[in-house]
Amino acid sequence: MNQAISKHTHEHEHHHDTFKLLGFWIFLVTDCIIFACLFAVYAVLRGHTDGDLTGKELFEIKGFTAETFILLTSSFTSGLATLALHKGKKAQLINWLIVTVVLGLAFVGLEVSEFRTMVHEGASISTNGFLSAFFTLVGTHGLHVSFGLIWMTAVILQIRRHGINEKVKEKVTIVGLYWHFLDVVWIFIYTVVYLMGVM
Amino acid sequence: MEENHGSTKLYVMGFVLSLILTVIPLWLVVQHVFAKGMLTIVITAIAVGQLLIQLFCFMHIKDGEKPRYHAIALVLGAVIVFTIVAGSIWIMTFNSQVH
Repeated sequence: MNQAISKHTHEHEHHHDTFKLLGFWIFLVTDCIIFACLFAVYAVLRGHTDGDLTGKELFEIKGFTAETFILLTSSFTSGLATLALHKGKKAQLINWLIVTVVLGLAFVGLEVSEFRTMVHEGASISTNGFLSAFFTLVGTHGLHVSFGLIWMTAVILQIRRHGINEKVKEKVTIVGLYWHFLDVVWIFIYTVVYLMGVM
Repeated sequence: MEENHGSTKLYVMGFVLSLILTVIPLWLVVQHVFAKGMLTIVITAIAVGQLLIQLFCFMHIKDGEKPRYHAIALVLGAVIVFTIVAGSIWIMTFNSQVH
């Protein structure tokens, strides 16, 4: 009986919370639809290479595999940050978030250098249909990651200043969800763009 | 509380599984284990497996109060995503047949 009552009050307290989280889930779904459109464009245009500069010639297995492992690991470390959050360990939380940001920076750095090399080889966004779709899809994901890095840095500064409170908890949870979502999108870029590209 | 936010074990398990599911398709593609059509199907299936690991181990879609509106939103999203991607690919094959 006692348990039932405490469970009820607990649920009541978190009612507001849950609805904010629901709003973010709906955002993720709409963002997912943007990526679906870009994937559809890519799938349709990937054969339109005008003869040369196909994925097979341009993509480097070492490079995109490294990017994938870095992003996967950062998704894991942001999960560890969420775990530290719920244990109330502030220092651990900040450290894992910093590791996540550093890994994210490494990812964006690798992607930028990959794009630079490709443009150097004469494969820019205006070269052919395949490359237009490629740079739009992968670039949009890269911009999402870059935005996530700024967001996560801001959250770290807030934790530093205010410590762990309800508001901060909400923010860390939401930025964590966003980060996992970006990893999911990348898995499909890895599979559909890169692996199928070098196949 | 602990089971609401997942345990370290769940995260580690998810991470290890996702690493394995990254290495397997890479190996399949580099070694040309299957013909192209089969390879495409297999690595797409593995990517969907990765998606499920992220959703269940990291994003905790099973958590939250009932009714789970976010799960409903996700299902609706999946239907739209499938329609856009599969529909575009399908309809554009007619375009390439004309030329």
